[in-house]
Amino acid sequence: MSQPVIHVRDLVKTYGKVEAVRGIDLEVGAGEIFGFLGPNGAGKSTTISILCTLIRPTSGVAQVAGIDVLHDPSSVRARIGLVFQDPSLDGQLTGRENLEFHAFLYGLPAATRRQRIDDALEIVELTDRASSPVLTYSGGMRRRLEIARGILHYPQVLFLDEPTLGLDPQTRNKIWDYLHAVRTREHITIFMTTHYMDEAEFCDRIAIIDQGKIVALGTPAELKTKVGGDVVTITTPDIAVAADQLRSIMHLESTQVDGTLRVEVADSASFMPRLFSELTIPITAVSARRPSLDDVFLKLTGRAIREQESGALDQMRNMGRIWAGRR
Amino acid sequence: MTEQVLSTPLVPRAQAVNVRGATLRAIYMIWKRDLIRYTRDRMRLVASLAQPILFLFVFGSGLSTALRGSAGGFGGPGSSLQYVQFIFPGIIGMSVLFTSIFGAMSIVWDREFGFLKEVLVAPIHRSAVAIGKTLGGATQAMLQGLVILVLAPLVGVKLTVLGVVELIPMVFLFAFALSALGVAVAARMRTMQGFQVVMNFLMMPMFFLAGALFPLGGNLPAWLAVLTRLDPASYGIDALRSVVLTASGVPPRVLDSLRLTLFGQGLSIWTEEAVLAGFGVLMLALAVYGFRQRD
Repeated sequence: MSQPVIHVRDLVKTYGKVEAVRGIDLEVGAGEIFGFLGPNGAGKSTTISILCTLIRPTSGVAQVAGIDVLHDPSSVRARIGLVFQDPSLDGQLTGRENLEFHAFLYGLPAATRRQRIDDALEIVELTDRASSPVLTYSGGMRRRLEIARGILHYPQVLFLDEPTLGLDPQTRNKIWDYLHAVRTREHITIFMTTHYMDEAEFCDRIAIIDQGKIVALGTPAELKTKVGGDVVTITTPDIAVAADQLRSIMHLESTQVDGTLRVEVADSASFMPRLFSELTIPITAVSARRPSLDDVFLKLTGRAIREQESGALDQMRNMGRIWAGRR
Repeated sequence: MTEQVLSTPLVPRAQAVNVRGATLRAIYMIWKRDLIRYTRDRMRLVASLAQPILFLFVFGSGLSTALRGSAGGFGGPGSSLQYVQFIFPGIIGMSVLFTSIFGAMSIVWDREFGFLKEVLVAPIHRSAVAIGKTLGGATQAMLQGLVILVLAPLVGVKLTVLGVVELIPMVFLFAFALSALGVAVAARMRTMQGFQVVMNFLMMPMFFLAGALFPLGGNLPAWLAVLTRLDPASYGIDALRSVVLTASGVPPRVLDSLRLTLFGQGLSIWTEEAVLAGFGVLMLALAVYGFRQRD
């Protein structure tokens, strides 16, 4: 990796006795899409806020674009773009006006301002809707406009905190298309947090964070090799007996997830026939698949990342969005 | 294709950061945003006229009849001044006061729904938010105050061109002082729940104590006299009243009997404007300080 764009060493943030971030090290190279993955309250937002100079770290070093966030926060801010977890657009202004506000705020030269706004709108395919008030936009459109705004001032890093939170899966995938387009066109580094495991697959590298610490870091493929072989999910009327038999007859440890049994095997194709012949109890269904990042998280932390964890919070955010839209 | 794009960024990155320039631009943008929102919200424009109209025509006209003593008008024997004309400048003041405080409260709304974040993460000095919001709120409040002037002929208040020209900067200074107060309060508020508190313990007392509805020069009970003189809005409304009623041809003798006094002395308009300016600057300083402390 040449000169890292983000350099973090031994980063700690405590609130009184609560340790939100407990010694994080990471480096992100130019042009990377880096995902910060973990359940709510793992320290993702705190870390991203420190990198964006919104929160001061308790100790440790954090540099963005070669500048220390504590020594020169203004210079860091000028070189980063931000898409917040909660929407931060002005609903009464049009899409273009929101971008003009930003361009002016960041001192984009007047001569190229208009062209730059047109380009940014084009990347996120909002050219047609540019002169409508933002309160007429859908959730996905608002996110896209925020991405356009985030890159407007030619930042070196675009930070996104849960950019797809509360969006439906199709819209989420679309947002990812735009982010990849942005990366290619702008040669920008993208640093994002998410608790949707499937999204992490779109990243070049990911760090899995749990309880303030990074528990794994690498490409999605590398992390998946941490789960040995395939994941087999078994549905049976009697889970307890099946788990027992798996242990005593086949010498396999299983985990219970959502009323099914899950085992990791080196090769699922040869495992299935043995499963049927050696277990004496009926098996309703069996499925095998390549490990996902969910499995990695489960393996590393012993817990599943559940989207339900954020249910109540998501609902509150959506309420906020509705109200914000009504302005 | 990618290679080509990658090697030619449109603008060289890593320019030096000019925080002062960015701060000035931010002040301008925050002010402009407030005005765009103000002009776009037509409902608010119309709705905001309802309250002054109610006060002037129902409350004012109603009391005008009751207060027309045997001697003739409001303000002593031989005066043809009517109560509704007396409160007319007070209603301008009311409009300015309410718009200023409401305008400042939009900061809390912006904070709750995120827009403020966009400004606070920009490479600017925090003071831009306090100054921009104060100027934006003051401009709106000034317009809301000046629009009351169109009602003048309906209540028999005569205005001269010179009088109106004189009123514009005065209404602005009044609006500035109150907006700065509002922003100083809003900078320390986290939720809209606090808004009701501000309404009940700041805005309404300020309105009632400001002499918008009764003369402050008369024999008020001592405690009330002290409270009215502590209200910065008293000085703003008194100055407006002096200009409006003078232009309307009220004799100085009658006018003086209705005006604000401090330690038994009448105050000049200039003194009153100086009080407003001083108060406004102090509040703006507190507002700037409030934003540096928070977030």
